[in-house]
Amino acid sequence: MRPNRLTVLLLLAALLLPVHAAAAPQEDAPAIDMNEYIFGHISDAYEWHIATVNGKHISIPLPCIVIDGGVHVFSSARLGHGEEYQGYRIAATGQPHEGKIVRAADGSRPVDLSVTKNVCGLIIDSIILVVLILLCARWYRRHDYLKEAPKGLAALLEPVIMTIENDVIKEAVGPDYKRFSPYLLTAFFFILINNLMGIVPIFPGGANITGNIAVTFVLALFTFLMVNLFGNKHYWKDILWPDVPLFLKAIPIMPAIEILGMFTKPFSLMVRLFANMLAGHIMLLSAVALIFLTAKMGPLLNGSLSFVAVVLGIFLDCLELLVAFIQAYVFTMLSSVFIGLAHQHPEKETH
Amino acid sequence: MSLITPDFGLIFWMVVIFGVVFFILAKFGFPVITKAVRKRSEHIEDALREAERARLSVQEAAIQRQQMLEQTRTEQGKILQDASKAKEAILSEARAKAQEEAAEMLRGAREEIAAEKESALREIRSEVSALSLAVAEKIVRKELEETPEQLALMERLSDEASAPPAN
Repeated sequence: MRPNRLTVLLLLAALLLPVHAAAAPQEDAPAIDMNEYIFGHISDAYEWHIATVNGKHISIPLPCIVIDGGVHVFSSARLGHGEEYQGYRIAATGQPHEGKIVRAADGSRPVDLSVTKNVCGLIIDSIILVVLILLCARWYRRHDYLKEAPKGLAALLEPVIMTIENDVIKEAVGPDYKRFSPYLLTAFFFILINNLMGIVPIFPGGANITGNIAVTFVLALFTFLMVNLFGNKHYWKDILWPDVPLFLKAIPIMPAIEILGMFTKPFSLMVRLFANMLAGHIMLLSAVALIFLTAKMGPLLNGSLSFVAVVLGIFLDCLELLVAFIQAYVFTMLSSVFIGLAHQHPEKETH
Repeated sequence: MSLITPDFGLIFWMVVIFGVVFFILAKFGFPVITKAVRKRSEHIEDALREAERARLSVQEAAIQRQQMLEQTRTEQGKILQDASKAKEAILSEARAKAQEEAAEMLRGAREEIAAEKESALREIRSEVSALSLAVAEKIVRKELEETPEQLALMERLSDEASAPPAN
């Protein structure tokens, strides 16, 4: 029974796809540029590209905001195809500041606060997140939560929130956890929703937000501030005057290492989230690219590899769902641990 | 290279957006939820403790009841026993008293009878002596003169007659 079904599926894939391939004139279509295909999907852009139908790009233009001796606001549609507008253009491939708005005159970069694809995605995802959490909070305001079991959204989110708070934040931060739990929960859900929306392939999703180093940089920066602004005396003593032989701190070797450690911790957070999400996007895109790469290699190869690409894509999508959660979890857990380390109380030295 | 160069514009917007989201959620979102859930779990814990306490007190009350019941039962038995003993004692006492009284009455009656008999006998004797005297007088008057010897004889005779029989 089982091999039968598989054969039928393979046949269907092999039969359907060549028809489609034969319908379009493949011979004179330009070969797919893998570099542009993948990097076009994972990098930030001034417009939100949705699809290309018959060579026509369908995209949502987004506002460009340039501060350059005054605020210039204009639609990104005006800069399409290397056009120049108000003295600005998008730097072409191979030029410095590739793909960014530059001054048309000398190719230098102005202060660019454009609402790009990632900013737009961030806003949409943030609105979704805030609405979800506030709706959940509203349930507790409107109901007698001592007598009623949570329903709907509250029932969905409460276990997740309480798992993160009890199993991660409380364990890692220690007795002072209530002060930090709002930040850590916000970070967790912020990363989670952006990760998940990144997997959704069409418009409100699909932006590679948490796979962008600027986004993870800001998240790591917040954790850095949370750790160091609220660190206690013991934490700072451990950094500046650690419990090591005197010659190691008279010439400040250990303090130097400890201060470096202050920065490497959030740096690792930044790179971990960025690299994981970026890699996930690239893997998924590569799997789908198999279909387009083999389009010209004959119906049989294209058909079978398309099938493989779809199966692989399903598998990678499931994997990415898992990774989306794991990365949010790991970021929150490590942030909690770092905050907890800055709040340790010195134990009695036994040696 | 642009992949690992953070873009200033995006950093700016990310700080703004994340800052706003953090502010809203940390003020109106998560604390409301976590506080509610914490309060609820405390409430549940309290309720459980209360239930345990109630269960224990019910158990204790049951034991107490059992004890009281047993105590009452033993007391009841004791009271019944006492009552039957008291009944026995009263009965036997009454019986003894009745016997004693009956004996007393019997003795009194006997004594009275004896006294009655004595007085009757004495009366009869004096009657008999008077009678015999009269008879003797009549006989003697006919035959004898009233001499002092004869008078003394008569006296003796009447004394002998009034004296109780020798046997």
